[in-house]
Amino acid sequence: MLKMRLIPCLDVKEGRVVKGVNFVNLRDAGDPVEAAKAYDAAGADELCFLDITATHENRGLMLDVVRRTAEQCFMPLTVGGGIRTLDDIRNLLLAGADKVSINSAAVERREFVKEAAEKFGSQCIVAAIDAKEITPGKYEIFTHGGRRETGIDAVEFARAVMQLGAGEILLTSIDRDGTGQGFSIALTRAVADAVSIPVIASGGVGTLDHLVEGIRDGHATAVLAASIFHFGTFTISQAKAHMAKAAIPMRMTT
Amino acid sequence: MGTCVIIDYGSGNLHSAHKAFERAAGEAKLKTKIVVSSKPEDVAAAERIVLPGVGAFKDCRNGLMAVPGLVEAMREQTISKGRPFLGICVGMQLMATRGLEHEITPGLGWVAGDVKPIAPADPALKIPHMGWNTITPNVQHALLDGIQTGDDGLHAYFVHSYHMACTLPEDVIATADYGGAVTAMVGYDNMVGTQFHPEKSQAFGLALIANFLRWKP
Repeated sequence: MLKMRLIPCLDVKEGRVVKGVNFVNLRDAGDPVEAAKAYDAAGADELCFLDITATHENRGLMLDVVRRTAEQCFMPLTVGGGIRTLDDIRNLLLAGADKVSINSAAVERREFVKEAAEKFGSQCIVAAIDAKEITPGKYEIFTHGGRRETGIDAVEFARAVMQLGAGEILLTSIDRDGTGQGFSIALTRAVADAVSIPVIASGGVGTLDHLVEGIRDGHATAVLAASIFHFGTFTISQAKAHMAKAAIPMRMTT
Repeated sequence: MGTCVIIDYGSGNLHSAHKAFERAAGEAKLKTKIVVSSKPEDVAAAERIVLPGVGAFKDCRNGLMAVPGLVEAMREQTISKGRPFLGICVGMQLMATRGLEHEITPGLGWVAGDVKPIAPADPALKIPHMGWNTITPNVQHALLDGIQTGDDGLHAYFVHSYHMACTLPEDVIATADYGGAVTAMVGYDNMVGTQFHPEKSQAFGLALIANFLRWKP
């Protein structure tokens, strides 16, 4: 039986983990590779790096992080943040990323998803959608860290990128991101029920019940969280055990 | 000291696969040298051959055919000399007679069957079949030695929308359940293919790779 996935996400800026990771026994809590190794050993099902490096010149630092991670962690790795060209994708895949997540560039020009999927295969193209509720039950895509309104309906866009060849959707609720109040279940379910590709729920996890809700009520097949793991509130294995207890099929051994 | 060649024909990054094979060899205390190469002479000199592959069937086939002498060297080693061969993901699918992704494309024709879309009985199941699944062997196989399989077994990482429908049921070594049986491992004699990615499958994957490096079919 296929298991649901739990994915810790690390924000990386200029090659360093942004908020630091509150793990015991890490020699360097700011080194994304060290954090990745810890998550790997802890039984994370995949890893996600989000590159929030501000300047173009320093983007190469991420390639080195990806390269060093891929040498040591034999599990799937998704990298997102600032991907605008086919060369950006190629460089990340060559460094050892298994999937890339495309955000603003796909919103600005949807054909980019098609070009990327045709070039590298749908299996490695994740469409990242950041959405905000603008009127009750209506979700619109925002870019640039939630600052720029696009007027594009999130559900319609999700269907469109699926048709263009995206293999997966990473769906973040801007309303919930960073609040610890839980996923936007209505948004997650609206998108997950509208597409036939897997959806990763993201944004807002504060408790372990939230992870359960994302899958059971939101119909996502994977859940992504950052803070609850980085700050050591919960461990990966606690989270998985809690989800398994709620009858969600989870992989309990590495 | 024998070498294991991972064939590089432009299908995806092999850095991680290379490191995974090196790690598995190291942990199993095997002296096998792992080489990543597209040269037919490296294939001809290898004791073991690994054919990876990601993306579309046709692109992978075209990439493989574009290297002069490569398929011939693979065939000589695998079919004529009986050297151990492992196909991974689309590398496994290429062992089939034909691929039916987008259009009909001939495969290597080593395992009788077609590569077809997976069609889960439950329409709510997402395509691709993506993530960690257990596998159920139909037969005992050396590559699964010491690996716990079945519902309570270890998990392998899958990401695919197509799978191999084998003509001969005995060529199916193991299946995974995804709204019905999905082909997870195929092969006979000295050749084997995994639909899942051993190089991404943590403990399961490293154990399977070590078994492959030890395999004397």
